[in-house]
Amino acid sequence: MGTNGKSPSVTINLDGKDVEVPSGVNIIEAAAIHGTEVPHYCYHPQLSIAGNCRMCLVEMGTPMRDRGTGQAVLDEHGIQKIGWIPKPVIGCGTNVSPGMHVKTKSKMVTGSQEGIMEFLLVNHPLDCPICDQAGECRLQEFATDYGRGYSRYVERKNVKPKRTRLGPRVTLDDERCILCSRCIRFCQEVVDDDVLGFVDRGSFSTLTCFPGKELSNNYSLNTVDLCPVGALTSSDFRFKMRVWFLKESTSICTESSAGANTLISSREGEIYRITPRRNDLVNDSWMPDSGRELYKLVKSDNRITSPTISGEVSSLSAAMSAAVDLLRNKKVGIVGSCRSSVEELYLLNKLAKILKAKKFLRGHFGEDDGILLSADRTPNLRGALATGFFTKYPTESLADISVAVSKSQVEALIVIGEDLTSSGIDSDIIEGVPTVYLGTHANATFELANVVIPTLTSFEKSGSFINRNFRLQSFKQSVPGPAGLLPDLHLIASLINSFNEVKQSADLAEVWKQIGKPHTSVFKGLSFSQISSEGTQLNGSKWDGLLFAEKEALHYTPAPQLQEA
Amino acid sequence: MIKKNTPQERRIILKHADDPNYSNKISCYKKNGGYKMLKKALKMKPEEIGDEVMKSGVRGRGGAGFPAGMKWKFLDRKSGKPIYLICNADESEPGTFKDRQIMHKDPHQLIEGMMITAYAIQAKQAFIYIRAEFFEGARILEQAITEAKEKKFCGDNILGSTYSCDLVVHRGAGAYICGEETGLIESLEGKRPNPRIKPPYFPAVLGLYQCPTIVNNVETLCNVKHILEIGGEEFSKIGKPNNTGTRIWCVSGQVQKPGYYEFECGALTLGEMIYDVCGGLLPGRTLKAVIPGGSSSKILRADERFSGKLKDGTEFDWGIEDIPLDFDGPASVGSMSGSGGIIIMDDTVDMVEAMANINAFYAHESCGQCTPCREGSLWMRKITKRMCEGDAREEDADLLLSVANQIEGRTICAFGEAAAWPTQSFIAKFRNEFEEKAKNGSKKASLKLI
Repeated sequence: MGTNGKSPSVTINLDGKDVEVPSGVNIIEAAAIHGTEVPHYCYHPQLSIAGNCRMCLVEMGTPMRDRGTGQAVLDEHGIQKIGWIPKPVIGCGTNVSPGMHVKTKSKMVTGSQEGIMEFLLVNHPLDCPICDQAGECRLQEFATDYGRGYSRYVERKNVKPKRTRLGPRVTLDDERCILCSRCIRFCQEVVDDDVLGFVDRGSFSTLTCFPGKELSNNYSLNTVDLCPVGALTSSDFRFKMRVWFLKESTSICTESSAGANTLISSREGEIYRITPRRNDLVNDSWMPDSGRELYKLVKSDNRITSPTISGEVSSLSAAMSAAVDLLRNKKVGIVGSCRSSVEELYLLNKLAKILKAKKFLRGHFGEDDGILLSADRTPNLRGALATGFFTKYPTESLADISVAVSKSQVEALIVIGEDLTSSGIDSDIIEGVPTVYLGTHANATFELANVVIPTLTSFEKSGSFINRNFRLQSFKQSVPGPAGLLPDLHLIASLINSFNEVKQSADLAEVWKQIGKPHTSVFKGLSFSQISSEGTQLNGSKWDGLLFAEKEALHYTPAPQLQEA
Repeated sequence: MIKKNTPQERRIILKHADDPNYSNKISCYKKNGGYKMLKKALKMKPEEIGDEVMKSGVRGRGGAGFPAGMKWKFLDRKSGKPIYLICNADESEPGTFKDRQIMHKDPHQLIEGMMITAYAIQAKQAFIYIRAEFFEGARILEQAITEAKEKKFCGDNILGSTYSCDLVVHRGAGAYICGEETGLIESLEGKRPNPRIKPPYFPAVLGLYQCPTIVNNVETLCNVKHILEIGGEEFSKIGKPNNTGTRIWCVSGQVQKPGYYEFECGALTLGEMIYDVCGGLLPGRTLKAVIPGGSSSKILRADERFSGKLKDGTEFDWGIEDIPLDFDGPASVGSMSGSGGIIIMDDTVDMVEAMANINAFYAHESCGQCTPCREGSLWMRKITKRMCEGDAREEDADLLLSVANQIEGRTICAFGEAAAWPTQSFIAKFRNEFEEKAKNGSKKASLKLI
C-alpha cells in the first residue's frame, strides 16, 4: 500500500469507505479493484473513451478549496468539505484523484441507471428468445441488475435493418444495436481499417459499412466479442448453440507465434467457437479471425483417426511396435515440429539423444500483419530452441535431409506432422527411406509413410507453447481426441521406453520435473502448474543473435540484432 | 404606434441593417468607418485587446452567456500548437434569427470583428462555420472575404503588417448539433458532429485538430469591434452591470410586429417588448405564454408571479411583463435569455401541440450519440404526437416529465438538456392542458403535425 515507487496509488472514498487505488485509473477500474461494479457498455479498457452510453454515471466530488486562496475549505469538525458535482459524471472518462469521493449506489446514480436502461430498451426489439447473445448479453444482465423491471413504453418501436451482412464473417442486426461505437473504435484504433460508421441521426442512427466497403479484415470477429449486445453476431456461430450450454477451457492460438490467449467453447466433445481471452501482455482482448477457424481441423475430412502399417489399418500398439522395429539399429533422422508443445519437443530431443538421431526442423512463414498474426506461423518455434531440440533458426526447407540420406547418415525417419515433399526434398529420395509419420492430418508424407501413428490436436491435449516474446503459456485439453488415440507425449515417451532402460513418464507434471531441473535451462525451477494464466516470461536473451522473422507488432518489439563485426 | 415613454432601440451591431442606402459591399463599409478598428488593433499588443474585452464584460451571445474575455483567458497559449478561431454561425435555435441579419447585411463587420479577435488570440487560421441553410449568407460572406483579402484586411500580411490570418467559410450540412461548439469542431474536421466529452476536450485547450481553439458567436465577435472602438470601460457602461452591451432580440409568434430589435441590455421589460415595441398581440387575443430565449429555454406562463432575489441582493416580485430583457432577468425566473429568440404565444395556442412541435424538432436534431437524448427525445416526440392525434392517456403528463428528467444532466452536451427543458417547463406550467387532452378523447390536432 501507499506509494511504493513502482505504481503510485491514491486514496479515494468509494461509497463511504477509503480505499487505495492506482493513480491514473478511471472510476470504473478503481471500483472494480474493490469489487464494486460500475455498469458500462461503451467503455472498453483497450479502446479510447467514448462516453456515449451514459451507463457508468456516478456521483463524484472532490475536496473543496477556496478559489482565491487555494486553502482547503473545512467544515465545523475541521474536516475538508467535499464539493459534490451536482450532475452525475461518467466513470469511464473520470480519472481518480487524491481524496476524490465517489458514490456508486446513491439515489442519483441508481436513478440514472434505471433511466439509461429504460432508454436503451425502448427501441430494442426484446427478442432474446431468438437472439444469439442471450446468456452473455450486457443488456440482459444490466436490465435485471439495474433496470426498473417493467416498461412504460407504449409507442411503436423504430424499425431498422435486420440480418445485414457486414462482411464475410459478421452479421448485423441494427435494431439490437445500442450505438456504443465499440466496433467502430476497434476498427479504427486496433486494426486501422476504418470501415464502420453511423448513418442517420438521433434514435434512427444506424451502424453500417461505408459505401463500397465491407468488414472483411482478419480481426472482424473481435467486433462480435466487443459488441455488448446481440447486434453483431458471428455468421459462423450464429444459431449453432445456446451459450449457457458451452463449457469453456483456456487455450493458446496455434496459428502463429503471437500466441493469442483463447477460450475454447465446447459441448459434449464438440467445439463450437474460439474466442480471445484477455491478456494485456500478449493479445489484449483480440485474436485474428483465421485463428478462430482452427477448431474445424478437429473434424476435418483429412484428419487421421486410425494407425496404419503399410497403408493397412492396425491397432495403435501394433503400429507402435512396427515403428520400433522399423527404427531399430538404423541411423535415424527426426523431423520435429514447431507446432509440437514444449513437453513434446523436450521428449523428442531426449529420444533423439537416445537414438543418436540427426534432428531436422522446418519453419512455416507468412506475412506479418503487425498485430497478432506474426510472420512465424507456428506456435512454438522458440519451444524448439528452448528445449534444445534445435539450435539454429529453421528455414522452410528440409533439404538437409536429402543430403543426409544420400550420405547414408540417415536410414530411417520419424516425421512429426511435417510434409517433407513440400519442404524442398525430392520425393524419390525419401521414398526408399523407412518412415514413421506421427501427425493429425493427411499429407503427401503420410501417404508415403510405412507406419502412421495418429496424434492429437492442441484442443485434445494439454501442454505449453513459447510465443514470440519468449512467454511460456499453457493450454488445456478442451475436448477428448478420437477414440483409441493417445496424446503425442504418450507416444514419444513410449518410443523412448522402447529404446531406453530408464522409464520415461508421459505425465505432464513428471516431464516438467525433468524440464525444470538443469541449472542452465531457461525453464529452471518451473513446473507446469506454475505457468500462470497470463503466462510466464522466460529469458530469451540467449537467442538474441537469431534473425527471428517476426516484425514489430502488438506487444512485440523485435530484439536488436547483433551487429556484424 | 410607439408610445412616448417607449424605450428606444440602441443599434450598435445592426446600426446599418435597415438603411436602404447601405450595402454589404466593402466600399460601403469603409465609407462608414469600417476596418479602422482593425488598423488600431494591429498597433496594439494582442493581450491589450484581450484586456479590453475582459473589461467590457461582454457575454457570449450564442446561448450560454459565458463572458467572452474569460473564454479567451482559458486559451492554452503555451502549447506551441497553432491557435484557431471559429465563428459559430450555425444559428439554428428555433426562434432565433439575428446572426443571419448581420451576415446578410453587414458581413464586413463580422470579418473585422473576427480579424481583431484572431489577432488578439494570435490565430493564423480562422473559420466561419455557417449552417447549410444559409446559402445566401455563405455566398455573401465568401464575396466579402474576397473583397477583404484584396484590400489586405485579412489573409497574408494584414494591412502591411507581419500578421497574417486566413479566413475560410465552411458550410455545415444541416444539423442543429453543429451549433454545439465541440460538435461544430468535429464537423469542421470532416467528421460526424458528435459533441466531445468534457473533460478533456475543452476547445480552449484541445479544440480543432486537438489544438487550442476559440469558438464565438457572430454577434459576440461583432461586439469585439465596438469594444475596441469605445473602449472596454465605456462598453461596460452600456446596459447593466454583468449584462453589458446591447442585445438583438428576435421576436416571433403572435404579435403585431415580429422582428429583430436591438436594445441595451435591461433597457426594457418583456411587457414593453411585446406591447410597445412589437405593437401588442393580434386583435382580440390574450397572452398565454412566452419562451424567452429560443425553443430550448423554459416557457413562462402569462399569469405567473415570479419572486425571489437577484444576484445583487435586490428582491423582486414580477409578473411576466416585468421581466427585464437582459441575461439575468430571464435566468432569475427559471428560464434563460439563450440566443435571444422570444417566442410569443397567445390564447389560440394548444400547448400540447406546441410541445409536439418542439419535441419533433429535438427528436429530429438529436445527434444520436448519447443514450438519454437519443432515445428520450424521440420518445417524448412520440408521446406528444400521439396525444395530439387523439390517443392521450392520463398518465402521459407524468411520463413526459419523467422522461425529460431522465435526460437532464446525464447527456454529453448541453443540447441534450435543451431537449428536456421545454418538456419539463410545459408540464410544470400547463399540466392541465395535457390532462385535458386525455379527457377529451379523440380531438384531432388543429395543425398538421411535423
